[in-house]
Amino acid sequence: MKQFIQGVKDGGAIGIGYLSVSFTFGLEAASSGLLWWEALLVSMMNLTSAGQFAGITIMAAAGTYIEMALSQFVINLRYALMSISLSQKVSPEFGSGKKMLLGFAVTDEIFAVAMSRQGEVSSKYFAGLAVLPYLGWTSGTLAGAVCGNILPDTVTDALGLAIYGMFIAIIIPAMKKDSRILKITLLAVVFSFAMYYLPGLKMISSGFAVIICAVAASVVGAVCFPMEEEEEA
Amino acid sequence: MEVGTFWIYLIVMFVVTYIIRVFPFVIFRKKIENKHVRAFFAYIPYTVLGAMTFPAVFYATGSVISAAAGVAAALALAYRGKGLFTVAICASLVAFLVSIVM
Repeated sequence: MKQFIQGVKDGGAIGIGYLSVSFTFGLEAASSGLLWWEALLVSMMNLTSAGQFAGITIMAAAGTYIEMALSQFVINLRYALMSISLSQKVSPEFGSGKKMLLGFAVTDEIFAVAMSRQGEVSSKYFAGLAVLPYLGWTSGTLAGAVCGNILPDTVTDALGLAIYGMFIAIIIPAMKKDSRILKITLLAVVFSFAMYYLPGLKMISSGFAVIICAVAASVVGAVCFPMEEEEEA
Repeated sequence: MEVGTFWIYLIVMFVVTYIIRVFPFVIFRKKIENKHVRAFFAYIPYTVLGAMTFPAVFYATGSVISAAAGVAAALALAYRGKGLFTVAICASLVAFLVSIVM
């Protein structure tokens, strides 16, 4: 119980951060045509920022199910690596059943906090850690989806920038710290601009464009700048 | 979008995202040793977010000018190491102010 409460405390800051970002997700979802309960369900069942934003874009554009599956796969692929790292750090009582239930809550931020904990991560601590972020993410989505119709357009337009602001806040410090990440991320951005503006490539839908740019740039990175153990950013 | 279509999208999203998170968690006991594969996974978060952000961010507010102002603010604050919340809100605030002035 003590571990659970410690987890809840450690998750508080993440929960507050999620509240604001999921609010903008709710706004975006509502403005792209989702009903409030649809937006809420997406957040309850996915708990992932970039994947969900890409998901509602594909829904709004009436993209194919293959495109949806592939975009979620590539965008959320990073969670696979996090789950692998986390699997090495959990205590022995954290069995398969608990993993199947709690593994759902692996997000960039929850993962980061769990990994920074000294010693092993117990299932109780991890469960506690997930509570407030989950509540923040779902309640923020609900509030955003409901407010979407009340707030004036200038405000919702400006808030549309919030999610990108968050993405920028994630990539810039990593680019500053590691010149390989700097080069490879810039390469992905260049690819993305090319896909967007070059005639002939523009017909590729935005979901696929992100997948192609991210995978192509990361493959270049994997070939040119491999990473030894213990030196990952 | 029809409600029936929504449910299929939702289930596809959920199943893919769930499997990606949970399978490696349950199955993996050993670390990935291959340095190329490790590097690929290390770059993926940043290349995905980079490609998702640019150039789409410039069209996020309905005005390229207000969006560009917001992006400039976000880049400057992120470079100074400000947190996610601060960067996100300030970017929106700057874009909002610029859109009022225009």
